[in-house]
Amino acid sequence: MSAPRGTIAAVGIGEDGIGIAEPGSTPLDLIARSTTRALHDAGLQMSDVDGLFTASAYYQLPSINVAEYLGLRPRFSDSTALGGSSFVAHVGHAAAAIAAGLCDVALVVYGSTQRSDAGRLVSQSEGSPYEMPYRPRYPVTMYALAAARHMHEYGTTREQLAEVAVAARAWARRNPGAFARDPLTVDDVLASRVVSSPLTVRDCCLVTDGAAALLLTSAERARDLRRPPVHLLGYGEAHTHRSITSMPDLTVTGAVESGRRAYAQAGVQAADVAMLQLYDAFTINPILFLEDLGFCAKGEGGDLVASGAIAPGGRLPVNTNGGGLSYCHPGMYGLFALIEAVRQLRGEAGERQVEGDIALVHGNGGVLSSQVTAILGTDAVR
Amino acid sequence: VSDAPSLAPSAHFREALERGSLELQRCASCASSVFPPRVLCPVCSSQDLEWHRSEGVGTVYSASTLQPRDAALYTVLLVDLDDGARVMAVTPGTSPGIGARIRVSVERDDEMPRLVAQVER
Repeated sequence: MSAPRGTIAAVGIGEDGIGIAEPGSTPLDLIARSTTRALHDAGLQMSDVDGLFTASAYYQLPSINVAEYLGLRPRFSDSTALGGSSFVAHVGHAAAAIAAGLCDVALVVYGSTQRSDAGRLVSQSEGSPYEMPYRPRYPVTMYALAAARHMHEYGTTREQLAEVAVAARAWARRNPGAFARDPLTVDDVLASRVVSSPLTVRDCCLVTDGAAALLLTSAERARDLRRPPVHLLGYGEAHTHRSITSMPDLTVTGAVESGRRAYAQAGVQAADVAMLQLYDAFTINPILFLEDLGFCAKGEGGDLVASGAIAPGGRLPVNTNGGGLSYCHPGMYGLFALIEAVRQLRGEAGERQVEGDIALVHGNGGVLSSQVTAILGTDAVR
Repeated sequence: VSDAPSLAPSAHFREALERGSLELQRCASCASSVFPPRVLCPVCSSQDLEWHRSEGVGTVYSASTLQPRDAALYTVLLVDLDDGARVMAVTPGTSPGIGARIRVSVERDDEMPRLVAQVER
């Protein structure tokens, strides 16, 4: 079951604590402030929210923790946990719930104080007994293994990986809200400390605090709200493995399947997409997703990112807020990718604004494990 | 393969490794290699899985080298064993290279048995 194309809309967005939160903050504090901002943005009240969608590395029963703090009594809740892609999945699940009449106004929300908690955060990953004895550094070694295999099979270069981080930084430099805005060159990336070869510390996402909230409702109700609605045109999810040892082919992700499903529902192709927000936990990720989502052939992702296409001024803008590499990465990033797509489609992205009516948001979770694709569009393409 | 009384799959694997033996499952119904050990075949759902002792010889599928601040450099490997499964292993020092032929043997690290790879000659 899914919501018919264009019948559900994102109507409110909010963020809080991006970068470093107020000292002593809990994730729930940030969640509450971002929710308040999203409600104000939409012109809705807390009492309008009757569906709650959240995931967490902090709380075992996250929907219940969040509802208690916010004073919500939701009639529908979903704590689907797919890692960082969870929140893109929540959008698809919320759309289905609204279409089915299970709720009217859905709040998708997430927050983390991972940076402020440095050294104290309990990992959300249980660790495989078939991997931990070999002392990989979770999760970077798992992504490094994918990058190394991609380099071996397709001749992808170290410099091409670095281009992903450089493009993300160039976007972040146009975004006053981004956490990392110092200039960054390919040489800087290559000269930084190797964490797990071939990946250096500059190939890895940031560790920040931050929270985000997204409100969804029917396209019909969205017409009466404060902001231009951003419609959900297509949605698809897939997952293929939990541990990297069990990933069938380290150069092909479940984005092939999630993308196919999302394109089919939206009735669009890669060529129709004006901008992409791709979960860039590591520099190999956008390369894999550009290939798997049909923006280039398998193996050509390195050439595509090195061509300048994904950077400011390029023909295929990727991660226009700076992404997980330079905007923020509070443990799980998926919701921040969605927020940026909504900002862009509303025309609220300031110096980094790009043209176009269709955005693709792609979430990744675990170790390339879960892949979730959402295609969003303005009124013009609904 | 093992003389030990029947154990749950993960315990069987661990017990074999403790004895220095790498034992893996194969599906008697569809011949798929099954790893990590489990009670059913993830390809065909059959519960008819058989243990066999792996020769431990295979090809490096991917590799990543780590240099801890206060310990020796080592390389984490994914190895495609000739007799089926893909397993994680480790080798001291730099990568033998993707595609290299290697042999894994069971060695202890902090009391934990694990697979250590050496280039096959």
